[in-house]
Amino acid sequence: MRTEIRLGGFGGQGVLTCGIIIAKAAALHDGNHAVQTQSYGPEARGGASRTDVVLSDEVIDYPKVDNPEVFVAMSHEALMKYIGDIRENAILIVDPELVYEEEIQSIIKDKKLKYYKSSATKVAEDVIGKKIVSNIVMLGSFVKITGLISEEAAKKAILESVPKGTEDMNMEAFKQGMQIVEKIN
Amino acid sequence: MADEHYFLQGNEACALGAIAAGCRFFAGYPITPSTEIAEIMSQRLPKLGGHFVQMEDELSALGAIIGASWGGQKVVTATSGPGMSLMQENIGYATMTETPIVIINMQRGSPSTGQPTRSAQADMMQARWGSHGDYENITLAPASVQECFDYVIKAFNLAEEYRCPVLVLADEIVGHMREKVTIPEKVEIVPRKAPEKTDGVYLPYDAPEDGVSPMPAFGDGFNMHVTGLTHDKRGYPSTDDPQTHIDLVNRLCNKILSKRNEMAMIETEFLDDADTIVLAYGIPSRSALTAVKQARQKGQKVGYIKLGIVWPFPEETLLELTKNAKRIIVPELNLGQVFLEVDRVLGKHAKVELVSKIGGVLHTPKEILDKIMEE
Repeated sequence: MRTEIRLGGFGGQGVLTCGIIIAKAAALHDGNHAVQTQSYGPEARGGASRTDVVLSDEVIDYPKVDNPEVFVAMSHEALMKYIGDIRENAILIVDPELVYEEEIQSIIKDKKLKYYKSSATKVAEDVIGKKIVSNIVMLGSFVKITGLISEEAAKKAILESVPKGTEDMNMEAFKQGMQIVEKIN
Repeated sequence: MADEHYFLQGNEACALGAIAAGCRFFAGYPITPSTEIAEIMSQRLPKLGGHFVQMEDELSALGAIIGASWGGQKVVTATSGPGMSLMQENIGYATMTETPIVIINMQRGSPSTGQPTRSAQADMMQARWGSHGDYENITLAPASVQECFDYVIKAFNLAEEYRCPVLVLADEIVGHMREKVTIPEKVEIVPRKAPEKTDGVYLPYDAPEDGVSPMPAFGDGFNMHVTGLTHDKRGYPSTDDPQTHIDLVNRLCNKILSKRNEMAMIETEFLDDADTIVLAYGIPSRSALTAVKQARQKGQKVGYIKLGIVWPFPEETLLELTKNAKRIIVPELNLGQVFLEVDRVLGKHAKVELVSKIGGVLHTPKEILDKIMEE
């Protein structure tokens, strides 16, 4: 089965790394197929940025995401910019500290989205003490909510992808992310 | 050491393919969306005893790799449309002097500086005949990250076999997307064939009618002359004699054209009963295959052909594969380039239709499916 995933945030936040880790975990450690693409526009730093991931148990021909079934939002701007073509009944995961929730209620209702919250940035700052690992906290929440990649594969892919010396911090971030998921509807 | 699996960007796979093929010399001028190739080569080549040279522009980049090739190296440069335009003069020189070089072009929106971060396939005709004169070269079009690795190795091998520039024309999407790549324990490499020492007169261009001669490197001890002027079998300029020019230019073209079916890299699906065939190359082939599978589910008799090598165009093989087809659909990220060649070759027995797309976004499968379902 093919699943289309989109992650949006602001440039420099690590959503790209998060997307690469999801795809790498699926392709190298879960024995599935994965393609990761990203928008390379001049807006990549500071403004809204996004990465798209396709996962499948079959060879992936068409590599792009047209209608995401899972959307992870780590900034309000990226959410509003890239959510237009989200599928009905899709999963929406947001960092509530970075999104104006009242502004997205109509989208959630119209598209009948399954809505989850993960306070990834707050937990990264308050619990881990490093805002920079908010993307890995969010990755933990993504794994918990969707089950699209296994916990083991995710951990292996994190360890392969993060700088040496930061492994423990990132593992803790991932663990926190698994625990803080809030299902709204 | 067994086969190894990585999760890589297309540009990374191109660089690793070049290194696996034995390339130890890169000269270039970094440009989006191919920059990562230069970046990786600059990190890796010095550690392998090779050389990375950042040049002042793309004219000199090609000059440098041509020189290094004559120094005995396997060489590559990487660029995009604006750089490709600047390389055209020296592509002709490499063709005339039969210098093995590999050029990777990550195509972007164009003309001119166009859309640096968007995809296109609008350099396909430039790849064929962007330099002046009658000539032929070899152009490969990878559609996946694995193919970036595999096709770049193939490009190096073809450059040695045919002693000509070989172009790898991918695009921004392939260059920047990430997929799993299997790097085999052992890759097949075609080494450069060196001439044998002779006590008599050495004839560096004494090639068979449709063939190539072995190639010495500077310093190997052979007396020879390398020139872009029309030259005889000794390599000496002979610009006045029509027959020398006729023999040389025909040989340079025919050494490639005569092998167009033999070297073709064609993938096919569902051709047996197909009355409509989608014929694609590069990244749109992946939208095309999805569309063809969807059309099959709707009961349409649709087949799929993917060209791995676009130039030389494998005319006879395609005529045979499509002989029962009534429609050929060609999706391209341009306003119709390879389409014209498909129409020339297959248009006599089938209706050839273009699905053009520009602006930088890949065809969706639906756009190709809609075309299939039109009749």
